[in-house]
Amino acid sequence: MSGFPWQSAFEIRERVAAGSVSAVDVTRAYLARAEALNPTLACFLTIDHEGALAAAAQVDRKRAAGEALGPLAGVPVAVKDNLCTRGVRTTCASKILGEYIPPYDAHVVEALRASGAVLLGKTNLDEFAMGSSNENSAFAHVHNPWALDRAPGGSSGGSAAATAAGLAPLALGSDTGGSVRQPAAFCGITAIKPTYGRVSRYGLVAFASSLDQVGPMARSVREASQLLEVVAGHDRRDATSAERDTGNYLAACDRGVKGLRVGVVRDLIEGLQDADVRASVESALAALEQQGAILVDVALPHAQHAVSVYYLIATAEASSNLARFDGIRYGLRVQGKDLTETYTNTRAEGFGPEVRRRIMLGTYALSAGYYDAFYLKAQRVRTLIRRDYDAAFERCDVVCTPTTPTPAFALGEKTSDPLEMYLADIFTLPPSLAGLPAISTPSGLSAGGLPVGLQLVAPPFEEEILCSASQAVEDGSGLLSTHPTALP
Amino acid sequence: MADPKITLEQVLHVAKLARLTLSDEEARQMQEQLDAILGYMEGLDDLDVSEVTPTFHSIPMDAPLRPDVPERCSDRSETLAQAPASEAGGYAVPLVLEVNS
Repeated sequence: MSGFPWQSAFEIRERVAAGSVSAVDVTRAYLARAEALNPTLACFLTIDHEGALAAAAQVDRKRAAGEALGPLAGVPVAVKDNLCTRGVRTTCASKILGEYIPPYDAHVVEALRASGAVLLGKTNLDEFAMGSSNENSAFAHVHNPWALDRAPGGSSGGSAAATAAGLAPLALGSDTGGSVRQPAAFCGITAIKPTYGRVSRYGLVAFASSLDQVGPMARSVREASQLLEVVAGHDRRDATSAERDTGNYLAACDRGVKGLRVGVVRDLIEGLQDADVRASVESALAALEQQGAILVDVALPHAQHAVSVYYLIATAEASSNLARFDGIRYGLRVQGKDLTETYTNTRAEGFGPEVRRRIMLGTYALSAGYYDAFYLKAQRVRTLIRRDYDAAFERCDVVCTPTTPTPAFALGEKTSDPLEMYLADIFTLPPSLAGLPAISTPSGLSAGGLPVGLQLVAPPFEEEILCSASQAVEDGSGLLSTHPTALP
Repeated sequence: MADPKITLEQVLHVAKLARLTLSDEEARQMQEQLDAILGYMEGLDDLDVSEVTPTFHSIPMDAPLRPDVPERCSDRSETLAQAPASEAGGYAVPLVLEVNS
């Protein structure tokens, strides 16, 4: 198969539709690559060999019968293991759900199946999506395909590494405080965190319900935009799903940036310690300007408080959401002498250290006597962060920052200091707290050959602007055909 | 040394609220880590937000209503198949009441 494994989702669909290759052959090739590289990368927790081949055969049958094919017909997709897949183990990389087999599909999984996509398997993550390095997975650490001793980022590290390593052209992740954008930046791919409410959360195992969104991941802006078009849309099973028409994200990639006002958060960029990241942002800004965008200075004075605000709100919501894991209705049970001891034994055995830490922090922030000082205060400061963006969007159409303060850090570098790990999320947290759509796309490589990501943030439901602007960044960087070097 | 933001006793109390058990060593480490995190979060005290409305929902939305029409829900046996223990069409749990014989 020519172009394998780096051909785009569009090329695969075109060849499958034209009959020059069968979906089954495409799927076999990607399954073989996933099986060969998974021992090295640990991207997948489950490879669904049988299910993938059955879905591919279905596409081939439809084609032979002359039926209409969906926009992702025959395209292999990797799905984060906190999205429910009917009949396929969904673990959240937690021992507490180690053997859980959902009796239903998440909304986005249904949408993928309807589009003709072939689900290859379920990707590794930080347990319950809590982490920035994938080192909180209870099962295996994902390795960054650009440098195997580096973190792939988190929590959607398995999806990011699988896409970057050519194990699948497309993947789904979830993003609560940066969990598709940060691993995308670390692994040199594109990921979109849609506006809160743009994509249904039905069947996404809840971490922090006021922040969680499912996000598309791909090697190119166009493919990520196409995937967003497939999964976005209203779903009445998620009460926070917005009744808004899905945009023309793919078409938006070809609109250009002439006259687009790009807000540059000067003090954040000048405060960067990492010279490579700073240089990469500057070159992306130059590319945008060269293609007709207008750069304007904006400020986000309260963004510096985002780590505190996020780690109070997200942990408070998590402590409540994760109360459901008690050993009664699903997952692990470690029997005790009575019901209470069964709860505590199960949760002590089933949850890893970071999940326990966040449940503790969130329970504390909500507990009697501390609610006003911590949780309520965080929600008030969240308003100030939101207002910063309101003010910025009076002057610009899109706000630009790096995605991360540094390129991928080393595995093990931050595991002993949770606060240090939290601080690495500083740029991705503010748009999450404001519910805004954001994208990360590669803007350059560091001197050490590691990818650097640029983050763009738009007003609510203006994902199309993100697609247009990131396409210009991608065109300017010339990185699309550069692939990880640490792989066979 | 400044007073800790959270004491070991508070850690044990919160663990009880959260239905978690911590070994002595885990509790000590949890106290240290939460203390550092809460210490960092004191930075929020620099802001006077007493007059600021909290943002519980980032994107304004109404609670939607749907027509009250009965529909099929998931199959009971399929749902119960995921339970650690089930009996007579329900979840089997440890006794919560004493049985008088």
